[in-house]
Amino acid sequence: MMELKFLNVGILTWITFLPVLGMIVVLLLPKNNKTAMRWTSLGVTILQMALSVVIFQYFNRGLAGINTVDGMQFKEFIPWIDVQSLAILGRLKIDYFLGIDGISVSMVMLTALVSFVATIASWNIEKSVKGFFALLLLLNTGMMGVFVSLDFFLFYIFWEVMLLPMYFLIGVWGGPRREYAAIKFFIYTLFGSVLMLLAMLALYFSVSVIDPSTGMKMHTFNMLAMMNPANFDPASLLGGLGTSMRYYAYVALFIGFAIKVPIFPFHTWLPDAHVEAPTAISVILAGVLLKMGTYGLMRIAFPIFPDAAIYFAYPLAFVGFINIIYGALCAMAQTDFKKLIAYSSVSHMGIVILGMAAFNSQGMVGAIFQMFNHGTITAMLFLIVGVLYDRAHTRGLNDFGGLMNKMPKYSAVMVIAFFAALGLPSMSGFVSEAFVFLGAFQTYRYLTIASAFGIVLTAGYMLWTLQRVFLGTLPEKWNGLTDINTRELISLVPLAVIVIFLGIYPMPIINLMNTSANALVEFVRSGAGMALVGR
Amino acid sequence: MLAQILFNLAFIKPEIALTMTLCAAILTDLLYKNRTGLVAGIVLGGFAAAAIGLATQAGLSVSVFNGALAIDPFSNFFKMVILACSSFVVLFSLGSNEVSAMKSRQGEYYALLSAMALGMFLMVSATDLLVMYVTLELSSLTSYILSGSMKAQKNSSEASLKYLLYGAFSSGVMLYGISLIYGLTGSLNIFTINTVLAHGGASSPAVLIAGIFLLVGFGYKISAVPFHFWTPDVYEGAPTTITAFLSVASKAAGFGMLMRAFKVVFIDTGALGTPGAWSLLHGIDAQSILIVLSILTMTLGNLVALWQDNVKRLLAYSSIAHAGYMLLGLVVLGNDGFSATMLYFVIYMFMNLGAFYVVILVSNNTGNETMESYKGLGARSPFLAVGMAIFLVSLTGLPPTAGFIGKLYIFAALINAKMVALAIVGVLNSVVSLYYYARVFRNMFLRESTGETSLIPISMPTYALLLILLVPTILLGLYFGPLVQFAQYSVAMFGIK
Repeated sequence: MMELKFLNVGILTWITFLPVLGMIVVLLLPKNNKTAMRWTSLGVTILQMALSVVIFQYFNRGLAGINTVDGMQFKEFIPWIDVQSLAILGRLKIDYFLGIDGISVSMVMLTALVSFVATIASWNIEKSVKGFFALLLLLNTGMMGVFVSLDFFLFYIFWEVMLLPMYFLIGVWGGPRREYAAIKFFIYTLFGSVLMLLAMLALYFSVSVIDPSTGMKMHTFNMLAMMNPANFDPASLLGGLGTSMRYYAYVALFIGFAIKVPIFPFHTWLPDAHVEAPTAISVILAGVLLKMGTYGLMRIAFPIFPDAAIYFAYPLAFVGFINIIYGALCAMAQTDFKKLIAYSSVSHMGIVILGMAAFNSQGMVGAIFQMFNHGTITAMLFLIVGVLYDRAHTRGLNDFGGLMNKMPKYSAVMVIAFFAALGLPSMSGFVSEAFVFLGAFQTYRYLTIASAFGIVLTAGYMLWTLQRVFLGTLPEKWNGLTDINTRELISLVPLAVIVIFLGIYPMPIINLMNTSANALVEFVRSGAGMALVGR
Repeated sequence: MLAQILFNLAFIKPEIALTMTLCAAILTDLLYKNRTGLVAGIVLGGFAAAAIGLATQAGLSVSVFNGALAIDPFSNFFKMVILACSSFVVLFSLGSNEVSAMKSRQGEYYALLSAMALGMFLMVSATDLLVMYVTLELSSLTSYILSGSMKAQKNSSEASLKYLLYGAFSSGVMLYGISLIYGLTGSLNIFTINTVLAHGGASSPAVLIAGIFLLVGFGYKISAVPFHFWTPDVYEGAPTTITAFLSVASKAAGFGMLMRAFKVVFIDTGALGTPGAWSLLHGIDAQSILIVLSILTMTLGNLVALWQDNVKRLLAYSSIAHAGYMLLGLVVLGNDGFSATMLYFVIYMFMNLGAFYVVILVSNNTGNETMESYKGLGARSPFLAVGMAIFLVSLTGLPPTAGFIGKLYIFAALINAKMVALAIVGVLNSVVSLYYYARVFRNMFLRESTGETSLIPISMPTYALLLILLVPTILLGLYFGPLVQFAQYSVAMFGIK
């Protein structure tokens, strides 16, 4: 078992709380020293990247994780809150329990990467720099924490910690309709998370484990304990398998996560938030935040409620299908560049949903891989929009044309990103989409065929956008446009390299997640099987 | 007889300390005109003495004065909240422009504060309906005067009069209820009433009506809907210090009294069940009444708050909503729900007083409490604005602030009692509340100031006081074990399991 520690503190704590240290430094820096604030944030994200490389290096590909404590890696376990309660409530115990497996490791790496890129992309923010970077770093901790927590309570805290920074980052530094977009995001997400809170409490009171120190039964927030059907008290709210109460709880969790993904019809906050958010925040939103929803489904909803997960598998696949087609059709209708990318996110996250809903190993691997790829590709797309918007101060697709000759380097990067997004072979997006459709086809034949039509639509709007921006004649007013600069290239090139590399040789990432994805599928299927037998 | 009185006096040291404080404050004010700092100092000193008195009573559980008062962990808990809140309000008042505008009447202002604290101390100890009524009147009468203490301002006087009228009506109805109960059971002592009721000594519809009349008095004190009509106007018109006081201490006292009366009178002491969970006397569905009351209270409070343009009035409606959340803890019929409500009170005290303190400081500078005057506060005073944001986040109930823990325990109690639908109503309400709290954030951070843009000066004591409120608001969100244990220990009432 690998244990990586520095100053007697585990690597996951470091990677999660480094941004908080950075935030404190940023807050203490003198107000006018903007450069130092930027470099502090950048330094933090570079360190996080370094740590994620260490994790990548030492991560044991053979361990599955999911529901076993032994399968989790880089674990940290510290009792945090322990209240010897009244008899009726039992003992309240919340642990600081971190650990990663194949599902979360790629997300941790993605978070580090996207945060780094977002920090570079926010270099030219001039309005209250201190506040911006402090909030950005706090947001970073929240995101990282979600992916490494194995205690539901801790997970929930991290999940909620992100809301406020996000509200302010959109609300203060956003575009003209920022107030509306920010509050819409906030209320939607809070609505989802309070439902999740209730499901969490219901789980807490339904699950009890034997406390090793006293030999008494006690309730727990430990996610891994919640995954074991034997730990559910038969008389409790969520006891048994396949009961209607369990389905309600699953739906409550599902809504909480679906709003984040966002799954149709909970997606309406997304276009607003994306369009109004500053570039870096759009990058984070699309690159990491959306993944939390699908990650939550995989980490919490599926293994804890395998009966409900299988019961609702077809509806899940169906909303995935709607997301793919609806997102693509909406994207096609947009004339605002950023809104187009936002809707393409809806479409691409639909592919993740479809893959998960297949509940077979190709589908699951494809879904996780697609989460990673969507993170990198969409981050690129938003950066690209940001580059253009910084220069032209408009995002109207019909305002542009013939930029190919004017901005050749920019065009090259954009072509890579667009082809990756439409799933061109040799780009990473192709591999994950292929896996998803391969997996989904085995389970839902017609739905998958219909969903695959989304790929055609995607190719349609992506190519049409390329045409509108790059081909044709350059309007007079854009004669002064300059090509992409070095800073912007630094943020884009690493992503482009990853996208192409994983398109040609995806094994490094697939190896990371393969064992866990298989174990997850196996676990959910067998759990649901027990439910059928019990019925 | 005398020996017994003397013996009993030993158990009401905190109340004696407060009575002496009141006398000393009045005398000092008479002898040394315009030495208000001195009066405030005496009152604070008296509060400290009362605190020491309270500390000596920790763990006691006795009934004194022939069953009129109970000195138990439950009342001690509420007395601590009331005392802490009273001390904070005195400290706020020292820096409030509204209070200093009262000039020579400041002395009586502080004296009345201590009188009100005394009334509330007795309220949470009362185990006799008549004592409950008298102490309720003591704290109410002083609060009418206090809310009208800015005589020069029309809406302050209006607030006072409205409060008086509503108060007189409600306590009249309550008194009628008490007389009915006395007629039905032949006793005013709540333990005896319980015994009589348990033996079927009264027909249940009559008891139900009498109980509802009693509830009018309690409901008015905690401003539960539909007995809340006085709240917004009084909260808006009264000096902000008093608004803060009413919204926390007065509500705490009302809740303390309500919880004791509810638990002692309507619980079936003979029923067997899980320890800590109780069942109600057969035939009187007090639970359903409380469910309706709590749903109405939080929903109406939150929905009306959405439309407020005055921050003080907004906080008034928000405090109505919070009373609704706290009522949820009572609905559970168990010690876990009670302790959740008590825990909520401690947390609510820090966050609500904090929010009102920021309102006081802002209105010291801008002269009003409109939403407009919060525009650009983030730039004018980052410390105040960030502080306000944290208090409001906590009031919304988002982690990692204390407000989340308060709500968590209440919803946990509900889920544990399998009252899922009610829990859903509760959490959806907190989503609604986000919207109006966020309006304040929006004005503070997202908008530029339309008028004054200069920095708001903050003195050192103000910093310190705000930090004293801020630190627990955050810290209790991350480490709440001891407080929870204390609340759960304090749920024990005299004479009841």
